[in-house]
Amino acid sequence: MSATASTGIVSMGSKFSGAHRLLAFASLIALILVFSLASPNFMQTSNIIAILQATSVNGVLAIAATLVIITGGIDLSVGTLMTFCAVIAGVVLTFWGMPLGFGVLAAILAGAASGTLSGTFVAKLKIPPFIATLGMMLILKGLSLVISGTRPIYFNGTPGFTQISQGSLIGSVFPALPIPNGVLILFLVAIATSFILERTILGRFTFALGSNEEAVRLSGVNTDRWKIAVYALAGSICGIAGLLISSRLNSAQPALGQGYELDAIAAVVIGGTSLSGGRGTIIGTLIGALIISVLANGLRILSVAQEWQTVVTGSIIILAVYTDILRRRRL
Amino acid sequence: MTALVAMKDIEKSFPGVRALHNAQLDLRAGEVHALMGENGAGKSTMMKILAGIYRRDGGEILLDGKPVEINSPRQAQDLGIGIIHQELNLMPHLTAAQNMFIGREPRKAAGLLLDEARLNADAAEIFASMHLKLDPRTLIDGLTIARQQMVEIAKALSYRSRVLIMDEPTAALNDAEINELFAIIARLKAEGVGIVYISHKMDELKRIADRVTVMRDGEYIGTVPAADTPVEKIISMMVGRALTEERPDLPDHANSDVVLKVKNLNRGAAIRNVGFSVRKGEILGFAGLMGAGRTEVARAIFGADRRDSGDIFMHGRKVDIRMPQDAVRAGIGYLSEDRKHFGLATGMDVRNNVVLASLRRFAGPGGLLREAAMHDAASRYIDQLAIKTPSDRQEVRLLSGGNQQKIVIAKWLLRDCEVLIFDEPTRGIDVGAKNEIYKLLNALARQGRAIIVISSELPEVLRLSHRIAVMCEGRLTGILPGGASQEEIMHLATLRGEGANQNNQPAKGDAK
Repeated sequence: MSATASTGIVSMGSKFSGAHRLLAFASLIALILVFSLASPNFMQTSNIIAILQATSVNGVLAIAATLVIITGGIDLSVGTLMTFCAVIAGVVLTFWGMPLGFGVLAAILAGAASGTLSGTFVAKLKIPPFIATLGMMLILKGLSLVISGTRPIYFNGTPGFTQISQGSLIGSVFPALPIPNGVLILFLVAIATSFILERTILGRFTFALGSNEEAVRLSGVNTDRWKIAVYALAGSICGIAGLLISSRLNSAQPALGQGYELDAIAAVVIGGTSLSGGRGTIIGTLIGALIISVLANGLRILSVAQEWQTVVTGSIIILAVYTDILRRRRL
Repeated sequence: MTALVAMKDIEKSFPGVRALHNAQLDLRAGEVHALMGENGAGKSTMMKILAGIYRRDGGEILLDGKPVEINSPRQAQDLGIGIIHQELNLMPHLTAAQNMFIGREPRKAAGLLLDEARLNADAAEIFASMHLKLDPRTLIDGLTIARQQMVEIAKALSYRSRVLIMDEPTAALNDAEINELFAIIARLKAEGVGIVYISHKMDELKRIADRVTVMRDGEYIGTVPAADTPVEKIISMMVGRALTEERPDLPDHANSDVVLKVKNLNRGAAIRNVGFSVRKGEILGFAGLMGAGRTEVARAIFGADRRDSGDIFMHGRKVDIRMPQDAVRAGIGYLSEDRKHFGLATGMDVRNNVVLASLRRFAGPGGLLREAAMHDAASRYIDQLAIKTPSDRQEVRLLSGGNQQKIVIAKWLLRDCEVLIFDEPTRGIDVGAKNEIYKLLNALARQGRAIIVISSELPEVLRLSHRIAVMCEGRLTGILPGGASQEEIMHLATLRGEGANQNNQPAKGDAK
């Protein structure tokens, strides 16, 4: 019995993307090795923390995107939703002057509400996820600008706000490990989402929807409701990303956000989650997000022009998916 | 006489499985050679090697007595070997002619323009040689499955194929279409084409096959002449033991409770005023030709498709079924004819597929799944239904058709449905496993479930059913007792027109 219970956690996605994840992990290690040999500055604690901090926002967004992609959908609105949630937090904290907790709650609820709406478009109105979330992406982008009056909202009135991302709970206990809260939050979100995906009924239906939605529906399951729930969960995770980025900038920047969804999807794909749905893991996505930020950081340390960084990231995506195809062909 | 094709001592392994071992086949020019075996016997693998889709690990292939290497489908085509897959590979938005000559269209104007006229003329010529009346300019979209298959055959012929492999070509055809197909096969035979014919249907073999090669567990069992080998002999070669045909016992259910009652069911032209009832412990068979509307009735009852009108009663109480979840809540389970698309999440494991319809029951506080309980439930049905799988963590797509069907059955048993609707329960399932499914259905009925079986195979309907409902063109043309003859059923199945409404209840013309 204990054996089966323990295999439960490595169920669905792992069997398939296991090899890919290993490959992604090996690539990450290889990148780190290459960069640390190329530059002594790379392995400095401060640089590693900078990499992790840089991963936190994209990592959290990528986790949200992973959920939707496993159902066989896609979420293009994660970036602008993040900004929208940040703006909502700004409204609650700065415009209305409410305490910090309300701002946090408002951001997450705004995310969940927007996710529910996207999910409803997809599940009930049968609008293809690409289109539904493309529409939501633009709607949210516009709303952020409207609500904020196109100007950044600063959080100077809420002193604790920057602590969400920049403070270090771990550092206050272990001064040798000044890991910022943003990174801690990324890992907590990853663990929680992983748990939901592998151990709960919501997670199981997330995989089942991506595997064969019609079979699930014909099993008498209310597929619409579960799908909306997945989009809502993804939305609330975007809310967390909104808090992270605005805390780091000490402001909600309404013009920011578009483009983040592509980095997030890139991380998901590099991490071995199938765009056709039914398989994927959070740990893979996390590795994918780390690969992207290690690349960006390492190339910067080696003084490679920033223009080239996106060229490299793009190539990595194509390479990652191609190796997956090669591996699958051998099966 | 040299064989047209000789496959000798073919070996093929996939990771963890030996698919073929010492497999043999020799095909003569101008013969229909049936390749038989249970699912997983290696028939398709063998033919995919001949068609260049898989590469063999060992053995040799001789064409006209000379060894050949076939490493790609293209090479196979060049050697004159064509294959008609069970699932057709046509582009629906192109015409028949465009599909046939895709990638090698005739050109004009120094190769810059397509020569559409030549294309259509070439296609028309091949159709004429097949005695097929079909406009080459018809879109594939608008053709019946049978016609699409003819286009596939024409396409294979356009490569001057001397060897034609057909994988279950009649699976989706009705009797008239099968006759047309067989007429074309006869003409090809006369022209010296060698045909390898894969099928599960015994009566077809008797009609068209010259010789039969039987495979079992990836190995060659033997080749026998089709005409003077009894069916029982072929079946015992396939399963490795003799099967006894069981006659159905016909229990009287007149006094049992009516579990499901359907009244005045309508849906466009597909379902016209259908009404019937099923009693506790009864197996009600649904017979009819392809397209008679049986699947449509099942899906409408189950809430998978919208219905225009009609009432459904469970134990005399009216139930409002709009979606499958309503039907399941009312205690009705539907097992689709297309397991892969509608029945199973094939990428998931046995355990999760068995609990799929009952997953809520296994969710504790916070939606946390009790994997141990799920494992217990899945294991119980693996034992009870004798599902052959290494463990309940095995992915369903790796199991045979018969075992997949049992998993779908397990799913509905676990959900504890009183009414089970089986749509073509043994489609794509080999002979040995069929018997097991039949026994299972009988056992379920004896346990007091009400069972509906839709089947296009008359022997299956006759063998299982306690009563037989027959449909034609969306109408229920009659309900016969279990012992009815094939002729009686066929009569009702072809009873066309408005006057045919002979329901067991008064017909109402104004049901809408």
